[in-house]
Amino acid sequence: MFRLEKRPNPSTFWLYATPIVAVILTMIFGGLLFAAMGTNPFTVIRTIFWDPVFGEFAFYLRGQLLVKAGPLILIALGLSLGFRAGIWNIGAEGQYIMGAICGAAVGLAVYPTESRLIFIPMIAAGALGGWAWAMIPAILKTRFNTNEILVSLMLVYVAQTILAKAATGFLKNPEGMGFPGSRNFSSYPAAANPELIAGSGLHWGGVAAIVIGALAYVLLARHIIGFQIKLAGQAPRAARFHGVNPNKLVVLCMGLSGAMAGLAGLFEVTGPAGQISIDFNVGYGFTAIIVAFLGRLNPVGIILAGLIMALTYVGGEMASTNLGLPSAAIQVFQGMLLFFLLGVDVLTNFRLRMTGGK
Amino acid sequence: MTSDRPLLLQVSAITKAYPGVIANQDVSFAIRQGEIHALLGENGAGKSTLVKMIYGLVKPDTGQMTWRGAPYAPTAPRMARAAGVAMVFQHFSLFEALNVAENVALGMENPPPMKTLAAKITQVSQAYGLPLDPARMVGDLSAGERQRVEIIRCLLQDPKLLIMDEPTSVLTPQEVDILFKTLRQLAAEGTAILYISHKLEEIRSLCDAATILRRGKVVGSADPKTSTARELAEAMVGATLTPPERAARRDWGGGPAALEVTGLCAASPIPFGTALKDVTFRVQRGEVLGIAGVAGNGQDELLLALSGEVRTAGTMVKSAGVEVGTLGPAERRKIGFVMAPEDRLGHAAAPDMSLVENAFLTGGVRRGLVKNGFIDWPAAGDFADAIIKAYDVRTPGSHVAARALSGGNLQKFVIGRELSQSPDVIVINQPTWGVDAAAAAAIRQAILDRAEAGAAVVVISQDLDELLEIADNFAVLNGGRLTAPRPVQGLTIDQIGLMMGGAHGMEVAHVSA
Repeated sequence: MFRLEKRPNPSTFWLYATPIVAVILTMIFGGLLFAAMGTNPFTVIRTIFWDPVFGEFAFYLRGQLLVKAGPLILIALGLSLGFRAGIWNIGAEGQYIMGAICGAAVGLAVYPTESRLIFIPMIAAGALGGWAWAMIPAILKTRFNTNEILVSLMLVYVAQTILAKAATGFLKNPEGMGFPGSRNFSSYPAAANPELIAGSGLHWGGVAAIVIGALAYVLLARHIIGFQIKLAGQAPRAARFHGVNPNKLVVLCMGLSGAMAGLAGLFEVTGPAGQISIDFNVGYGFTAIIVAFLGRLNPVGIILAGLIMALTYVGGEMASTNLGLPSAAIQVFQGMLLFFLLGVDVLTNFRLRMTGGK
Repeated sequence: MTSDRPLLLQVSAITKAYPGVIANQDVSFAIRQGEIHALLGENGAGKSTLVKMIYGLVKPDTGQMTWRGAPYAPTAPRMARAAGVAMVFQHFSLFEALNVAENVALGMENPPPMKTLAAKITQVSQAYGLPLDPARMVGDLSAGERQRVEIIRCLLQDPKLLIMDEPTSVLTPQEVDILFKTLRQLAAEGTAILYISHKLEEIRSLCDAATILRRGKVVGSADPKTSTARELAEAMVGATLTPPERAARRDWGGGPAALEVTGLCAASPIPFGTALKDVTFRVQRGEVLGIAGVAGNGQDELLLALSGEVRTAGTMVKSAGVEVGTLGPAERRKIGFVMAPEDRLGHAAAPDMSLVENAFLTGGVRRGLVKNGFIDWPAAGDFADAIIKAYDVRTPGSHVAARALSGGNLQKFVIGRELSQSPDVIVINQPTWGVDAAAAAAIRQAILDRAEAGAAVVVISQDLDELLEIADNFAVLNGGRLTAPRPVQGLTIDQIGLMMGGAHGMEVAHVSA
């Protein structure tokens, strides 16, 4: 039999090896799943992991990678701060929606301005919208000790309802012949978030992700707030002894993660998505949770993990169109990644020992 | 006196190595039936590993044991219990929300029906002078009563060998007397007792034989009845001990108070905790106030209220005339407070963080390690290295995680961290808990040095000898209330025991809430 034995020091090797092992295990068991569904597992794995970067349509799909990775990284960076502090914001999807709605509303309110400066208050409104939506679970937690996991998650569905209302009501395109959806930002250049280098897929959201990644790295490594975030997550009593006010930390971390999710929503709605529509959100807020853990809650890791996750998105879409796999199979595949990641993660703090007898 | 009795357990040439450390090397000793045998040694000397091997929790690398002449190699505590070995651990494994009988049943292989068991518990507890009501909730019991639950759980198995790990650390002097009476009665009936303690006076009064361990090896055996405590301690640490030095005790009249606590009331943030009720005392610069009391009488809560983790009305805690009751820990450090809570791992230090990060944990404010919100990690590293050096913390370096240190070494680090911040007010809960004799002496000396340098010191401890050694004034926490502090000079252990039992003047009519 095997026994888990606590390591005196966390293993540095497994800290970095865990994501790699998890990806490999996901490929193996995902392959088994695809085989059971009657497709050739090797073709599927190649379609997901290889073709988007080196395949026939790579010239187009590589750009798609950054389009998908941008919001994932941006949201995951915000979430990772809270996760490190033991504050579980599961509702980034809702904050993403609210950021998009608020940011888009500011732009659409002054339609059709030609001043590019409008993009700045739009960014601010996007961040503010996400921040405000995250403040609801934060304040309920600090005032009434509610569970932020449940409240933030449930607010996602409220946000989706507001999104539907926005697309069919208060933000509906007056020239849209009655179709749901707002004006398209691609035909409103002053307020749009265009591709910065043609074919690269890089827009202002990607730039923001990299800049915020660098800031988050410095915050965690050097700043006292980063220290307090880590301390609160690892040893809550020691954090109070240090002088951390747990309520302030909840408000800070929920606010930051909400603001970043809101930013991601704003960049998405003004860029790749182009308009507020009923099905504007595609689950980035939830997938970013996987990205945050796959990246070890570390800013550099999250940037890499965001790219890998984007690969499964782009490759997964390819697999479902070319090979006829249901999109649910791809979601199971992505879920497996988190499952194996958390499972293998045990080895960072524990080692496996063979025990004699029973 | 017991040397003619038959051998019960013979341990021969046992060695057990862990990665990087040899816990036991070539250890041999023997216990006879009905003998009370002391196992003496500093922290890290290998006592725990040795008894864990006897109890089947750890398997020796080499060497063998014989039990009544037959080979004995338990691979699980279940096998040790079947042979007749029972153990009372230092940290109790009891469920607070269950009653005594239910807790006892949980530790048994085949528990009898609850009614039979309750009757049996009552019977055994009376037979051995350990009063205990089987129907009471463990959460409501004192530490001494909880220990009785553990002991009775062992006695119900009718053990031939009872292992007791530091059993008196949580008991009042009166409770210690009751325990010793029970242990002597057990020994007289033929049960051998392996008694682990660092309290040498107890070993001298209780034990028939002693085996002394140092750094994993047996360095000798002694007859505790004929050796002095000092001889035993020196054999244990392999060095000559010097009691802490300090200037003659002064009379602390009505000088200005560096720390003044007035009518402090605070609800406990801890489940099953004790609320503080009207606690009042004052400490001057240079004075050491010792606060005694059995665990769970408000010690943790008092530390939290003094550290700022629990906030009160401003006037309840004052420092040099300034109200600080509403300030948090960081703000109190700014005005000269340092604090060391009892629980090292998780409260005083973050287990998974390095010693550098843990040095910064409380040292950041007073050592000026934060500039514009950014942490000066190289300076924090220097601070950690300085603590490690000055307080003889045994560690491969300041980069290791706090949880990798032994309890005693981490305690030296925590105390060193606090005392190295040139404090004005020092509050320490259990300064030498689980620390070996040499390190404990060093810690006490360091505390006295800070007092000499002008700090006001509050030491909360369950070790009476320690308090009597270093304190100028003495008070007892009991049910969340503090007795009026009295000068240590002239106090007898008996008077203190009565203070701890609640029989002090102002408390006669007190009904615990």
